[in-house]
Amino acid sequence: MSRSAAEITGRTHDGGAVAARGLTVVRRRVPVLRELDFAIPAGQITGLLGPSGSGKTTLMRAIVGVQRVTSGSVRVLGLPAGSSALRHQVGYVTQSPSVYPDLTVEGNVRYFGAMHRQGAAEAAEAIAAVGLEPQARQKTADLSGGQLSRVSLACALVARPRLLVLDEPTVGLDPVLRADLWGRFRAMAAQGTTLLVSSHVMEEASHCESLLLLREGRLLAQLTPAELSRRGHSADLEKAFLHIIQEAGEERGPAAEDRAAQDGSVR
Amino acid sequence: MDILMMLATTRRVLEQLRHDRRSIALILVVPALLLTAVYFLFENEALPSGAPRTFDRVGLMMLAIFPFVVMFLVTSITMLRERTSGTLERLLTTPVHKADLLFGYGLAFSIMAALQSLVATAVAYWVFDLDIEGPPGFVVLIAVINAVLGVALGLLCSAFARTEFQAVQFMPVVVVPQILLCGLFVARDRMNDALESISNVLPLTFSVDALQEIAANAEATEQMWRDAAIMGAIVLGVLVLASLTLRRRTA
Repeated sequence: MSRSAAEITGRTHDGGAVAARGLTVVRRRVPVLRELDFAIPAGQITGLLGPSGSGKTTLMRAIVGVQRVTSGSVRVLGLPAGSSALRHQVGYVTQSPSVYPDLTVEGNVRYFGAMHRQGAAEAAEAIAAVGLEPQARQKTADLSGGQLSRVSLACALVARPRLLVLDEPTVGLDPVLRADLWGRFRAMAAQGTTLLVSSHVMEEASHCESLLLLREGRLLAQLTPAELSRRGHSADLEKAFLHIIQEAGEERGPAAEDRAAQDGSVR
Repeated sequence: MDILMMLATTRRVLEQLRHDRRSIALILVVPALLLTAVYFLFENEALPSGAPRTFDRVGLMMLAIFPFVVMFLVTSITMLRERTSGTLERLLTTPVHKADLLFGYGLAFSIMAALQSLVATAVAYWVFDLDIEGPPGFVVLIAVINAVLGVALGLLCSAFARTEFQAVQFMPVVVVPQILLCGLFVARDRMNDALESISNVLPLTFSVDALQEIAANAEATEQMWRDAAIMGAIVLGVLVLASLTLRRRTA
């Protein structure tokens, strides 16, 4: 019997916004996600961390319901991921900004808002939330990279989702903006929104209440930043993560690979 | 199907187009210019007295072919961008229905097509005295149906292209054969059997046939309505096929 994520974080499945069981994705015969079991608590910021290529985006896509799943299941807010009832409640911001460059900022946010029956007021609010009011009437193509990703974020915020899935939202942002965004995420979580934020920068882990550590499609651990630095024997989360990866590698070895995949967690 | 989401999509597509002056020129001005070229091509033809001008035949068909070609091109590229930029995937995570997207696109480009054929038809009638029996309103109607056909085929073909370069490659495959076989160059009943039977199932054939009906009769004929209805059915069929290429869940 594998130790479930809920036991690790000391939470029950009941309060979870997302619950995955045996989630496996194989793409062109290459396993991308292997037997993931975890629960994401509601109303918190959960960080999804791991090196590039570890399956973060695929996992997010599975939660949002756009990824074909090979086996296992993901339930989101009590429903199977991708259910049509979830489309009003789950927001997804892809890694590269998916907005229309030939529309104004306002045009973009209003269009995605219209898909959720939100009007001009909600669009203006979402634009203000990402600090783009001065650029609202500018063509999106004329904005900087960081501004572009904030437009993309605003297009998700306008729907006021209960679960917001953000794929590397802070890449390419300057430190001031990054701090600003994390502040914004915390405020949203305080209001009850569940956030799942991926990053390959370990520093960002400290902003999260719970962390999912992913490596080569396996869940290394689910823990809090404090637990991470304790288990990794370092206050530097980057070093702590590397330590845990090393440990997992030693423990697993080639013969024990299957057991580790089953286990999905680090002791 | 949600009318508000469909209209929001139409509005968005038109707004995107509004920021793109060159595409607007391609849609509204270029067909009229090409029509002008066609007129002057046949300017000095020697006609036996009473014989109809070649322009009245060829120019009329051009009024149907331009919107088809232009809308195919514009739509396939626009939709391809939507697929590759991630906006389509993002849209499909929202409550929007596929039909809202496709018909939203269809409506936006139909509006542009109607404007286009109004301009081109007006030029044909008022500048070059296009001389046909039927009313210009029907010419515009057929031109718009043709444009929507171009939109539908463009939406469908965009699914099979990965880059804009590949999308443009569908022009010679999908568009040119229809122009060759529609009856513009050689009357269809004088083609060999193989070519004629291919031409019988190509959508553009029906619109050229409908235009010839309009040219020959002052009133709308049954044949014209039948051609228009077949075109409409083909458009719907292609749109359904296009909707199958929009997948919410991908590998």
